[in-house]
Amino acid sequence: MAGSNSSFLKGRYSAEKRFKLYGVFAVSLALGAVIFLLFTIFSTGYSAFWRTEFQVEIQFNGDYLGITQESSDQEVREANFLGLFRKNLAEQNNDVPRRELRKLFAMFSESAADDLREMVITNRSILGTTQKLKVLASSSVDMIVKGQAPREIEEKRRVLNDFQLGLLDRWTAEGRRSSSFNHRFFTNGDSRSPELAGLGGAIAGSFWTLMVCLILSFPMGVAAAIYLEEYAPKNRLTEIIEVNINNLAAVPSIIFGLLGLAVILNFFGLPRSTPLVGGIVLSLMTLPTIIIACRASLKAVPPSIREGALAMGASKMQTILHHVLPLAMPGTLTGTIIGLAQALGETAPLLMIGMFAFVVDIPAGPLESATALPVQVYLWAESSERGYVELTAAGIMMILIFMALMNSFAIILRKKFERRW
Amino acid sequence: MDTKISAEGVNVFYGEAHALKNVSMQFMRNEVTALIGPSGCGKSTFLRCLNRMNDVIPDCRVEGKIMMGDVDINDSRLDVVRLREKVGMVFQKPNPFPKSIYDNVAYGPSIHGLARTQADMDRIVEESLQKAGLLEEVKDRLNQPGTGLSGGQQQRLCIARAIAVSPDVILMDEPCSALDPIATARIEELIEELRKNYTIIIVTHSMQQAARVSQQTAFFHLGDLVEVGKTDDLFVKPQQQKTQDYITGRFG
Repeated sequence: MAGSNSSFLKGRYSAEKRFKLYGVFAVSLALGAVIFLLFTIFSTGYSAFWRTEFQVEIQFNGDYLGITQESSDQEVREANFLGLFRKNLAEQNNDVPRRELRKLFAMFSESAADDLREMVITNRSILGTTQKLKVLASSSVDMIVKGQAPREIEEKRRVLNDFQLGLLDRWTAEGRRSSSFNHRFFTNGDSRSPELAGLGGAIAGSFWTLMVCLILSFPMGVAAAIYLEEYAPKNRLTEIIEVNINNLAAVPSIIFGLLGLAVILNFFGLPRSTPLVGGIVLSLMTLPTIIIACRASLKAVPPSIREGALAMGASKMQTILHHVLPLAMPGTLTGTIIGLAQALGETAPLLMIGMFAFVVDIPAGPLESATALPVQVYLWAESSERGYVELTAAGIMMILIFMALMNSFAIILRKKFERRW
Repeated sequence: MDTKISAEGVNVFYGEAHALKNVSMQFMRNEVTALIGPSGCGKSTFLRCLNRMNDVIPDCRVEGKIMMGDVDINDSRLDVVRLREKVGMVFQKPNPFPKSIYDNVAYGPSIHGLARTQADMDRIVEESLQKAGLLEEVKDRLNQPGTGLSGGQQQRLCIARAIAVSPDVILMDEPCSALDPIATARIEELIEELRKNYTIIIVTHSMQQAARVSQQTAFFHLGDLVEVGKTDDLFVKPQQQKTQDYITGRFG
């Protein structure tokens, strides 16, 4: 009896242990996947925050440009800065044969001429002087320097040819190569040149989209929640509405995009590719989230507070506005922020309403064409040039950072206003 | 001694359930009336008829006449906001608003427009806290949350909140059931004090409390008003066997 009892006990203990191990295994697997994901993204993307530059001496030759200190901005804009830049380059590298000059020029970003022009526009006195400047290298150079494009392969398949590679090594040895923080990544819009492409336009686009979304869905969601929770009679109809709101939260987002395309663009004729339309479509998605969060928070307000207010002679509206809603606000705001964070990461509906256009300019309002963060990442991921790989990963990093910020804000809000009765 | 509220043939239904059966009784001005009886006997239901708090319960139907002066409280056309200004209520569990002590007391006067100036409001708040016997304890921290007070203090804050709108009647639904004996004693003293200015109706589970604080007692059982009479008489020589059983603790 004692023997069988102890083996039974042993079996129970080991079963218990196995059961616990399944859980530990599942958690570790999930955690490992997340860590692997983050590691891949960060290791690919972190390099996008630095760009390779070369030091170049530029002689701002006013005679060549055909402008003087007194020239108007318009005249400066029309001057041939690309020619000036190339002339300087060719003069400094006079050992480079004429037919190779093209390859020399190709080592620099197209933005060099524009950067020089901006310098003259902001400061005319620079004309006639010679400046040592750091000029952005082209994406191909950048890729080789960062080791993201292979060096040790045959010339035909390499992003730089032997001649360019030789120049690069020479300049590196001369200390003319440097790297600096890639501020363009945050300020520029999209570009056909990877070294110039930035998230600025997408961040602004996402900002306007979320603003429209918030302005539409928050008041509507709160009003709907108050009505359903406090006023609506409990009958068949409200039950159906309730079930449908819960279902709405689970509808695939592309369907909302189709709805936006069919109704908002084609029927109401609102401008395509704009944050306004994007915000309207996304608000359809955040609305159920907000309604559900707000209703849950309203329900959680203790009835004693309601009764206390009513017994003081407060009308129903006063009871709701003075007592119930303020107590339900933290939960509602948390739900709203989480809804917006979801909307921030939403791609499919935005593709449907044309927010994947190639937009260089940063949108200044909700009525200008724009892209959004996830759509920009999608666009970059589709691009064939190698330079977009690190941009894609860096874009994902930015989305993750924004989401983490929004979610932690929601958590702080919840903790701060948490009340105990 | 005149009648403040007079209930005639009050019936309450929760859906199909008949919760209160044909209750008629009078409440005297400046008296404390205690409603006693076992749980579920309808005493709280009856109390909530007097300021129409049953309105918020779906499926609840109240029949009969409840006259306060020449107004029928149970008239569906009556404005409940006006009524509740005249009939205040204190609940079983202290339920101060999660606001400052000052704002708790000032809430009633502000929604009913009773204070024209800030000074008026300060005076009302101070007087109400004084009457509720709380002023001395909280006068230095009027801006702190009412929920930070002790249970007994919270309940006195709720009483101060109720009397801030100068009601005629104060309803108390087991006001001491969540309090310790010392806090209970303070509330009971306060009830005796408040009786001078208000008509008080109190639901209580404690027969000792009913005997201590009330002048009139009504005994309810299963929705029936079994017996109502002067407290001194009812506890000493009850007319009904059921009352006798209940007050002697022989009730099953």
